[in-house]
Formats: sequence, C-alpha cells, structure tokens
Amino acid sequence: MGSTAIEIVRQNGEETEVVGRAVYEHPLVVRLCHWVNAIALFVLVGSGLQIFRAFPSFGAKIPQTDLLHWPKAFAIGGWLGGALQWHLTFMWIYLATGLVYLGYQLFSGNYRQVLFTHRDVRGVWPMVKHYFFFGPKPVQHEAYNPLQKHAYTSVIILGVLSVLTGFAVWKPVQFSWLAWVMGGFHWARLLHFLVMWAILAFVFGHLVMVLLHGWNNFVSMLTGWKKDPEY
Amino acid sequence: MDQEHGNNDRIEETEKAEKPSVVGGDSKPAAPVAAPRQEQVVAERMALPTRVNEAGFSRLSRRELLKVAPILVLGAFAVPSLQESLLKHGLGFSDWASKQLFRRGHLAPTFQDSELTPLEKFPINDYDVDDPGVIFENWTLTVGGAVQKPGEYRLAQVQALPRIRQNTRHVCVEGWDVIGRFGGARLADFLAMIGADTSARFVTVGCADDYYESLDMETALHPQTLLCYEMYDQPLTREHGAPLRLNVPTKVGYKQAKYLTDLTVTNVLDKIGYWEDQGYSSFYGL
Repeated sequence: MGSTAIEIVRQNGEETEVVGRAVYEHPLVVRLCHWVNAIALFVLVGSGLQIFRAFPSFGAKIPQTDLLHWPKAFAIGGWLGGALQWHLTFMWIYLATGLVYLGYQLFSGNYRQVLFTHRDVRGVWPMVKHYFFFGPKPVQHEAYNPLQKHAYTSVIILGVLSVLTGFAVWKPVQFSWLAWVMGGFHWARLLHFLVMWAILAFVFGHLVMVLLHGWNNFVSMLTGWKKDPEY
Repeated sequence: MDQEHGNNDRIEETEKAEKPSVVGGDSKPAAPVAAPRQEQVVAERMALPTRVNEAGFSRLSRRELLKVAPILVLGAFAVPSLQESLLKHGLGFSDWASKQLFRRGHLAPTFQDSELTPLEKFPINDYDVDDPGVIFENWTLTVGGAVQKPGEYRLAQVQALPRIRQNTRHVCVEGWDVIGRFGGARLADFLAMIGADTSARFVTVGCADDYYESLDMETALHPQTLLCYEMYDQPLTREHGAPLRLNVPTKVGYKQAKYLTDLTVTNVLDKIGYWEDQGYSSFYGL
C-alpha cells in the first residue's frame, strides 16, 4: 500500500540504464517522530534511572533492600531534582511525538505498513528460523516482514503503556482510577520500570538489526527513500 | 474565482505530466493526465514508476534529509547556557499541567486499617535533625498575612476543630510509599477560624527546624489537607513532627512539613519551599 517506487537511471549516450530502485517508505511525519522520540526516550531512560537511584527498590522503605545499584555515569540529571527536571520536561515531548505519530498513522492509513495483524502470524516462524537458525530467507512483498511488524507493533503498545504507567506514578491521586487498574502507586512504579526494560530490549534488537544489515534502512529513516528494497 | 483557480491547478499538473518521464528529482511522481479520481491516480502512480537519474536521486534525498533537520533544535538542551532555563520551563509546564489536573473535590484513595504500614516502619525524613527540640509548653502557631485574626494560636485551639482521621498513602519524591493513619483538623476549617482571605493564592508555613513550605490555596482548601497532630491515633511523636505538621495526601512528601511554627496567607511567595528552591517541582501534586 502506498509505496511509491521510482527507478534510478543512468544515461549512457542513447541508452538509459536502470541502476537501482527506490521506494518512499517513511513519510516526513514518521521520520520526525522517530528521531524526536529516540532522543526523548534516551533522556527519559537516563533520567528515569537517576530517579530510580534515589530509591532503588520496589519493596518496603524499612527495611530497604536495594534491587540494583545503577551507576551514576549511565544516568542523566546528576541528582534526583535534576533528573526530575529532565524527566518531567521530556515526558511531554515523548507524549507529543507519540500522539502525533499515532494520529498520523491512523488518519493517513500508513499504519497498514507496520501494524501486525492475524495475516502476519503465519510468517513469524519462518522469519525466526531465518534470523536465529540459518533458515532460508522468506520472500518479502512489503516494507516490513512479519517479525518486524510484530516488533514495531509491540513497541508502540509498550510506548502507550510507558505513558499510562508514567501518568499513574506522576498523578496517583488525580488519576487514581489509572493507578487502581495497575494495583496502586506502588505497582504502577514497578510496571513503569518493567516497561522501560521491555522497550530497551526492543531498542537493543533494533540497533543490532540496523548495524547488521541496515544501512539503506537507516538512510530511509532520514530521507524517507529506501534504496534497492527487497520487494 | 475558486472554480477558475482549481482549473489552473489542473492545467499545471497536466503540463507537469507531459514532461519527459526522466525528471531531476521531483519528490512526488507527476500526476497522470486525465485521471482526476484519487484511486486511479494512485493506481497509475504505482504502475508507472517515475525515473530519476542518480544526481536527481541524490538531490531528492538531500532535500528530504533537510526536512528532518528541525529536530536539531533539541540540541539546545545540550548547550550548558540554555539547559537550565529550558529545564526550568519544562518543569514549569509540568507544574502548570499539574495545577490544571488538580480537582478540589477529588479525594485521594483511602485504605482499610489492615492495609496500614506499621508506625515503626513509617520512614522519618528530615533535611536536618529528627527532633528540633520544640518546647511543647511554650509552643504556639504564629498566624499572619491575609487573615482577619492574626496572632498566636495554641494546639488546643486547633484540636477544638472537628477531628478528621484518614488512612492515606504517603508518597515520597524518592519513590517509596507507605500507608499511614493521620488525624487532625482540616486546614480549611482552621483557615475559616482565623478569617483567612481564601482568594489569596498561597498558604506558607515555617518550621522549628528552619524548613519552610508553601501550598497553593486550592490544595490548602482540599478536604483531606490536615493540620495533623495525630498519627495512628496517638499524639504526633517528635520525629514525625510534633506538635503539629501538615498531612496532604494530594501532595508529595516534601510538601508535608513538620514541627510547624508559623502559618501565613499570602499572594506573593519570595521563597517556595526548601526543596523547591533547589530545583524540585513547586506544585508536585499527586
């Protein structure tokens, strides 16, 4: 759907030689949201971990059993107050890009490119076999393979959950119904933390895939145009 | 007029489409000539790929890359001279949003006695000392500012107001939380007793340990905001803020000052609060 393919040609005297193809994969709004969100996520994770350092536990305060000692060098903000400033600033940027992205995808119909549906279920296992067990590469007919769709759809759900759990932690009284759904402030805080790790797991896989065979993918998220697509 | 304009547009598109198919980097393929219906346009676009030469594709890519460049403004957060002010504004926006979300009629969740954190496991957080050595016999609350009856108020006068007991969650900015049982008079009742001008914006308090705090009037008038003199049905202990502290279930812990010595109703804050003045949120409503 919506893929606008062009041929890249070279003029050799009278002859026109086709030297490549390109597809416009990522509309500007998606590209902007991707990079702003990447920056916001980086700041939110860094500052979130600094906030976590103030009470690195999900148990009682007395007696306190620390879950892990996250190094200050891998955190943003320097101290709790500073980290909160970063967190409470970038959460709005994160929320805004999320809303713009979701709104755009929905109204433009571009979501079809990325949304994992029942039709993609069958294609997941062959992709897993290909990636992890040296299976043959399944033929691809669209921008994302079923496993990619699964990953991207999941991370968007995780993004929504990170916002919802975040609001429950930030406003457990005004959004008491939201905190209640999660089992109260205490559990909302734990869920917020767990959702972060789930998103980080995605980011890790995402970056590995980009490093392994993603130069054209990487460029396409900047220019919109994917050179020599597999479909 | 509009009709004519529309016609002109179509003529332009027609001219574009009649150009040779090798174009130097138009971001969108030219629209086909006689297909005004959108679906047909899309169908024909996909069927007939436009061709660009390599230089044209580079130009096209560069132009699209430039369109993403505005994200670089976020780099301002990395500039030391701008960072402080940007984050201050970010936190200010958050506080503004907090204020909008606050509803005086919305109560903080309350809990069963069985859910209480035992008193001995209720943390004691101070910025200075657990016990600033208040001499109870001499203690009064000094009331001033926009009130009709300023002066010294004794604990008995606070205790004469209707007593409220509530099991509410105490959330610390650090992230821990406990459920405690608090007893005291509604701050709203006390403000009525002293003839406070409740159209003023703030209620500020000072403490025996030089800690200081402020509450916005909306929060001060919230029915769960207490001048608290009891915890777990016992008189406040010294380390929990005897003889009088704030209990504000709609605010984070640092707002709930202990060992109160004075209370002022005011429109102007020269200081917000001990932690706020070091960079913490001014409103921090839960």
